[in-house]
Amino acid sequence: MDLTLIFTDYTIRNVTLGALVLGIVSGTLSAFAVLRKQSLLGDAMSHAALPGIVIAFLLTGQRSLPVLLFGAMIAGWLGTLFMLLVTSQTRIKQDAAQGVVLAVFFGFGMALLSWVLRQNNAQHAGLDSFLFGKAAATVASDVRVMAIIGLIVLALVALFWKEFKLISFDHGYATTLGLPVGRLDVLLTTLIVVVVVVGLQMVGVVLMSAMLVAPGVAARQWTNRFGLMVVLSAGFGALAGVGGALISSFEARLPTGPVIVLFVSAIVAVSLLFAPQRGIVWEAVQRYRSARRLREAAVLEMLYGMAIQHGDPLHPHSLASLRAGLSREGVRYTLDHLEANGMVKQTENGWALTPEGVAKARQFLRASEGEQAHRYSAEVLS
Amino acid sequence: MIKDKDLTQTPIAVEDLTVAYRDEPVLWDVDVTVPEGTLMAIVGPNGAGKSTLIKTILGLMKPSAGRVLVYGKPYPQQRHLVAYVPQRGSVDWDFPTNALDVVIMGRYGHLGWIRRPGSSDRALALESLRKVGMEAFAERQISQLSGGQQQRVFLARALVQNAQIYLMDEPFQGVDATTEKAIIDVLRTLKSEGRTVVVVHHDLETVPEYFDHVLLLNVRAIASGEVSTTFTPENLRLAYGGRMDLLLDGARR
Repeated sequence: MDLTLIFTDYTIRNVTLGALVLGIVSGTLSAFAVLRKQSLLGDAMSHAALPGIVIAFLLTGQRSLPVLLFGAMIAGWLGTLFMLLVTSQTRIKQDAAQGVVLAVFFGFGMALLSWVLRQNNAQHAGLDSFLFGKAAATVASDVRVMAIIGLIVLALVALFWKEFKLISFDHGYATTLGLPVGRLDVLLTTLIVVVVVVGLQMVGVVLMSAMLVAPGVAARQWTNRFGLMVVLSAGFGALAGVGGALISSFEARLPTGPVIVLFVSAIVAVSLLFAPQRGIVWEAVQRYRSARRLREAAVLEMLYGMAIQHGDPLHPHSLASLRAGLSREGVRYTLDHLEANGMVKQTENGWALTPEGVAKARQFLRASEGEQAHRYSAEVLS
Repeated sequence: MIKDKDLTQTPIAVEDLTVAYRDEPVLWDVDVTVPEGTLMAIVGPNGAGKSTLIKTILGLMKPSAGRVLVYGKPYPQQRHLVAYVPQRGSVDWDFPTNALDVVIMGRYGHLGWIRRPGSSDRALALESLRKVGMEAFAERQISQLSGGQQQRVFLARALVQNAQIYLMDEPFQGVDATTEKAIIDVLRTLKSEGRTVVVVHHDLETVPEYFDHVLLLNVRAIASGEVSTTFTPENLRLAYGGRMDLLLDGARR
């Protein structure tokens, strides 16, 4: 695989650059969509774009990208308005309204598309590629259009940074500060529509929603800071875009859009599993470690308590008496682990603390006494 | 009826206010004036419209009839004079940010467009956190704060607005003793500075201790005025209906 092809091969260069732009812009907005709990908005809007594409083609009779994307944008917008109308005028909640918009618009779009494709007109060739995207069809002028739109979107996000942040965290409070929250909502939603439209050529209406959900979900796993989350989200989008584009460039049988989406899904999977603090594996390891610490503390305290009854903290006791005293499983395993750390040793008369073990046991006892004293004083004070 | 010239001295004047959710009135023809420099509790049974009243004053809900005047003018013109402490449960505390950052959000209204909060906003926010005893938690991720600490962060965010009127929605709801004391201290400081505070409250027992004015609400305004003359068993019975005897027993203990 020859990576210099990114710079020399016309198609590979365009696809890679286009995927990079798409990844950065959709990743940025993905962070906001996830924090605003509007992940599914992108899903509804990208599906709603399909009839717009087909109608734009029918009205103009041409397959030029700007014309079709304009149609997609109008349809996405109408879908959003329809959704707002349904939630404000009926008792239907947001999630159901999104489902309704997705089904109605996408169904209508599919019906129109099948009808157009059956007309047997050479002009419509490739119209169905908007379903799953056709990255290889990206030409240099498309990349330029995507880059300009992307820069405008990023500039607007930077300009309204603190306002977008506040309406994402506390919408009602933002209203009382006098922010025009209604217009800011519309602006942020419009930016999402624009990004959906930018991604249609590369990823397609069906898979585009992944680009608006996955990077934000993954980024949230790695940081507790808002700014860093947005930057990480953009980075994950870019990584998936470029990675997916390259993989599909060098393996001709793999379609670009789906590979990009698979790539970003892999980033999500790794993030959900391994991110510190929030990852599933990290949490399991923490749980295991704290459980082991508690078991060790119990064994050390038990040994110490029994030994000082004999007037000697190093006095040994049998495994059976320890088991009886602790009445729990895994005593032998814990002892082995403590022995490996030099806290206890096995003598001919049973298990005994080492001087290090005595110090550790006293430390644990002091800590738990301190805890009790602390709790007591807290109760008295309150 | 108060004359309009007096209204410019009145922090909040609610006149003939009716708010309905679909066909169901939540507030019915409510008239209330909140005098300057008072600590007023709004009490009433569940569903009495306490939060709705505060949200309508703040323009978060639209009235079906009536009006709200803040120092004699409609709220949108007087926004800078009013600070809001929402219910703690109204936001997702898993948002990626820390306590200091949330308090700095209280400065956004002063900043205007495009400008980012700077070191003076940061200093003011830290000062606010100190007033509620939370300066040690400034850098703490907000999901790792206890409920009471989160409530104090919200209070600090309102304090940093340096407003003349404070509207608080159930700030004492499910908080620890330390937080309760911190909120009381803040309320008394605000009053001593001549500011006006209106608090949605649900603990009848503490009303005489914490507040000097009270509004008894149950869809209609049952009574409002000084606690000593308004917070009477008779008015409470009118506001709470049959359930009152039980509540009074609790209050006497």
